[in-house]
Amino acid sequence: MSNQLSYRLEGQNIYLIKNNHPILSDVSITLSQGQLVTLIGPNGAGKSSLFKVLTGYYAPTKGACYLKGKKIQDWHKKELAKERAVMKQQSHMPFSMSAIDIIKLGRSPWAEPMNKTMIDEVIDMTQCQGLVHKDYAFLSGGEQQRIQLARVLVQLWREKGPSGWLFLDEPTSALDLYHQQQMLRLLRELVQQFPLCVCMVLHDLNLASLWSDQVYLLNKGSIVAKGDVSEVITEQVLTTWYGADLKIMQHHEHQKPYVMLSP
Amino acid sequence: MIGPVHLSWSSLFNADPQDMDWQIWINIRLPRILLAVIIGIALSVSGTVMQGLFRNPLADPGLLGISSGAGLAVAIALVIPLGLPAFLSLWVPVIAAFMGSFLVTFLIFQLSNLTKGNLSSLLLIGIAINALGGSAVGILSWISNDQQLRQLSLWGMGSLGQTQWSLIIITLCLIIPTVILIQCHAKQLNLLQLGEEDAHYLGINVHKTQKQLLILSAILVGTAVSVSGIIGFLGLVIPNAMRLIFGNNHKILLPSSALSGAILLLVADTLARTMVQPAEMPVGLLTSLLGGPWFFWLILKEQWKRRL
Repeated sequence: MSNQLSYRLEGQNIYLIKNNHPILSDVSITLSQGQLVTLIGPNGAGKSSLFKVLTGYYAPTKGACYLKGKKIQDWHKKELAKERAVMKQQSHMPFSMSAIDIIKLGRSPWAEPMNKTMIDEVIDMTQCQGLVHKDYAFLSGGEQQRIQLARVLVQLWREKGPSGWLFLDEPTSALDLYHQQQMLRLLRELVQQFPLCVCMVLHDLNLASLWSDQVYLLNKGSIVAKGDVSEVITEQVLTTWYGADLKIMQHHEHQKPYVMLSP
Repeated sequence: MIGPVHLSWSSLFNADPQDMDWQIWINIRLPRILLAVIIGIALSVSGTVMQGLFRNPLADPGLLGISSGAGLAVAIALVIPLGLPAFLSLWVPVIAAFMGSFLVTFLIFQLSNLTKGNLSSLLLIGIAINALGGSAVGILSWISNDQQLRQLSLWGMGSLGQTQWSLIIITLCLIIPTVILIQCHAKQLNLLQLGEEDAHYLGINVHKTQKQLLILSAILVGTAVSVSGIIGFLGLVIPNAMRLIFGNNHKILLPSSALSGAILLLVADTLARTMVQPAEMPVGLLTSLLGGPWFFWLILKEQWKRRL
């Protein structure tokens, strides 16, 4: 049991109340290394708030989050930063800074000197080679997302690859089709090769369907459906909780559900 | 060296106490040079810290209302008769400015706890304090007599005329350690540029770091304002110029700002002393006069760059 604990980040019966409004109620979630977990749900369901609780930015009003069996709030901030990294939807920089300097900031929790081959490796795998010497402020939204992904990977890097918990809030929102595919394939590969868990908020249900191991559907602060893709991305579940008029098809090569909106 | 009285270097090194030139060196010229250097460092470093802390290139030590708090305290001390003995009355503006700046910092501190350290509401608080302080000084200058009014407006223009050694030593003892402590926070300042949330995820205790840096820069501003009045624009222009030249890594930005702030204020003060001799121009007027147009040019250039 204790052995298992060390590979898990668990939220147990989390309640969050902000300004007298209940944001989350009785949310339990398990994030295990080796898994790609997706949070989906309609706007305002509390996905970002849940992210902030799981990453230790908000303290829950009731309930608790445990990382490797130890309460998130009890972790030393620097040690926690070596175990989990977070990529927000957008990060704005007030002063001009080259993209490579931003990637290097990801290494700041580590005392050891910067390992240049590791940085180069991350830049290669995120395909940021052409961007690194440009001013971050002048990059497009999608290019900024790729730089931020490189930064969080650098933050979690141990010896050969990233390890720990990687939280990504809509990482593909500004990416074109090619880069959406590249990013998700890369995350898939990393999760399979290294002791890493990726937890994402995704709005595109078809991306969630193609790449997730576990899907949690959040609505009004509660988890209303969870399980693997075939259990959550069904016509009945989605029409109930999204209220949208849609059809589910089968992806003909991969046996994955495919969501199509009705016009 | 330049000044109303021409002095030779040899008279300094001869160290003859009977020599008039040596007396001027030791009691007037040297302390003044030292003061210009140290105040230049304090103003430009505090400006750099404020800009980094607020993530805003237009943030200025005066922004939080600390300078105007000090200004108000001086105005009160100058206008309202306190009946103090003569030897103390010389120090009254200095002590008042120091107390004023710390009172405002303390106030901002309490309010920032109420707003949970949200920096943009802190900025609005600064604006409100500036408005209040400005109007209170206005009322005080309206009820003051002619001599008080002149003293008040001279102080508001900033000058490095305070050259008692005791004062300079106190100033040094406050500013040098504070600047060193700030330098130790350079890495945290870099991370704060990512935003409060991202800095938190990278293992920074964001609110604690912000508070520490706020106090440290308040010490710099309070000390500088209390000794030399309000010397404008240095805290705004120097860090921005250094950002253009050396980039935005605070490990380099802080020392380069300190160095160039010291040089610029020394040059400006030398000009202020000599341009209209034997009279003297308030150095704060000169820095604003030089800094204003330069800063204007800077903003225009940025706009052009963005349009290209």
